[in-house]
Amino acid sequence: MSKTKSAAGRGAADASQPNSRFTAYLLNHAQVFFSSLGKLYRAPMSNLMTVAVIGIALAFPMGLYVLLQNLQAVSGGWNGATQISLFTKMKVNDARAAELGQELRLLPEIESLHVLTRQEAMSEFQALSGFGEALEVLEKNPLPAVLIIHPNEANSSPAQVALLVEKLRQLPEIDIAQLDMQWVERLYTMMEIGERGIIVIAALLALAVLLTVGNTIRLDIQSRRDEIVIVKLIGATNAFIRRPFLYTGFWYGCLGGVISWLMIEISLSLLAGPVQRLAGLYGSDFSLATMNLLSGLGLLAISILLGLAGSWIAVGRHLNEIEPS
Amino acid sequence: MIRFQNLFKRYPGGHDALSDVCFDLNDGEMAFLTGHSGAGKSTLLKIISLIERPTRGQALLNNVNLAKIGKRRIPYMRRQIGIIFQDHQLLFDRSVFDNVALPLVIAGYRHQEIGRRVRASLDKVGLLDKEKQNPVTLSGGEQQRVGIARAVVNKPPLLLADEPTGNLDPELSWEIMRLFENFNQVGVTVLIASHDLELIKRMDHRILTLNQGRMFEQTSWELD
Repeated sequence: MSKTKSAAGRGAADASQPNSRFTAYLLNHAQVFFSSLGKLYRAPMSNLMTVAVIGIALAFPMGLYVLLQNLQAVSGGWNGATQISLFTKMKVNDARAAELGQELRLLPEIESLHVLTRQEAMSEFQALSGFGEALEVLEKNPLPAVLIIHPNEANSSPAQVALLVEKLRQLPEIDIAQLDMQWVERLYTMMEIGERGIIVIAALLALAVLLTVGNTIRLDIQSRRDEIVIVKLIGATNAFIRRPFLYTGFWYGCLGGVISWLMIEISLSLLAGPVQRLAGLYGSDFSLATMNLLSGLGLLAISILLGLAGSWIAVGRHLNEIEPS
Repeated sequence: MIRFQNLFKRYPGGHDALSDVCFDLNDGEMAFLTGHSGAGKSTLLKIISLIERPTRGQALLNNVNLAKIGKRRIPYMRRQIGIIFQDHQLLFDRSVFDNVALPLVIAGYRHQEIGRRVRASLDKVGLLDKEKQNPVTLSGGEQQRVGIARAVVNKPPLLLADEPTGNLDPELSWEIMRLFENFNQVGVTVLIASHDLELIKRMDHRILTLNQGRMFEQTSWELD
């Protein structure tokens, strides 16, 4: 019976006390971190479905966002190609037009400037318009000199370009300042709407993820009601009981994030070929950009946060209701 | 160890489970709590294990007034009590070893220490060779012994048992009671709620009887 004595003896000096609270805390965290993953692994089908729902819900807005970014990259290129045409007054001769060109080149907003003299304008018009012979009849050249301006990259936002055009219009030599940019402006506005739309969709789907995780954890808590009562009776703290559920939420979020990342990458790689061919048809070497590492990690972080938040809500609502009776 | 002073427990609805209960259970004592079903045995154990709160009067555990224990301190108080249930309350999704280890995991013991203590505890109840089995595969008596091993594994100074032999035949019941006596002999305070009067008579311990919520002490020859 000496064995009995040593194991059940009350107050016996005992070198192997429990770990300090902090060590025990960390140890339990590490243990639950892995065991909750193991638990998911042991019921692969149902958990995979939950994770897939999270993945799809997150992949949808994130994928749209990546496409929008691509669109912005493309339109950014177009924006750089915006050009302003300044038509001089008829009284301005070619020499004065060239002089004006020299002056304007010094403006910081202007990347490049090309002066089309009246004679050049005439020959270009003759060549392109098909009215060549008719124009021969005219005694005087009816076309003004044109200054074609490309604003530089840093000053190419619609507002800045509009400001530049206004400034140039004030010049005494200029009759008409024309900007072929309205369609770019419209595109920009549409993209803004798209961005707003994506934010709304993302918010709704984030809510869906929250509810999915919350509901899954709630069912998990209910199915383990007896277990929770038992461990409460043998001295488990609420934090101890809460922990496996929170880590389950963490894993749902983490795996859901990974799945949505994969889905986006796969979808983009499916689109990449046709997009490149289309770009080729427009004479562009544009290729579809995939998600960069940073936004991928951001996606993962958001996903994990949603998983944790969902389980936190479920645990907060349902765990305190379960008390031994 | 336990002291009840003029303790009343009235459940919502007006049922008086305990009326003016006074008793002391000293350190290292072993006692039976008996009475008909509905006499208040379970309520008394629930008050000690902080599942229920008294309506009036005082309950002290180790000189700590249980009414003063806040919600956050309840788990730590419960770790000083080993509770044994009639239906043993084992978890069937894990092995015997893991069931017995649970209180130690909760208290944050080291891995090696858990193994050592769980085996010592299983050895005491004679189930060392069953540690890897699922409790579902064990007989009723064996399951109850696993429950006892779990209750004593973190060496609580107090053991509470609620009808621990309720589902067992007389011979197994006797073995279980002898087990409790063994723990008591090494200094553990033991309080066993039971209505198995034959068994209680055979053992020479204090007998606390509850009748309609009131407590009185009996000797074994007064029992009938």
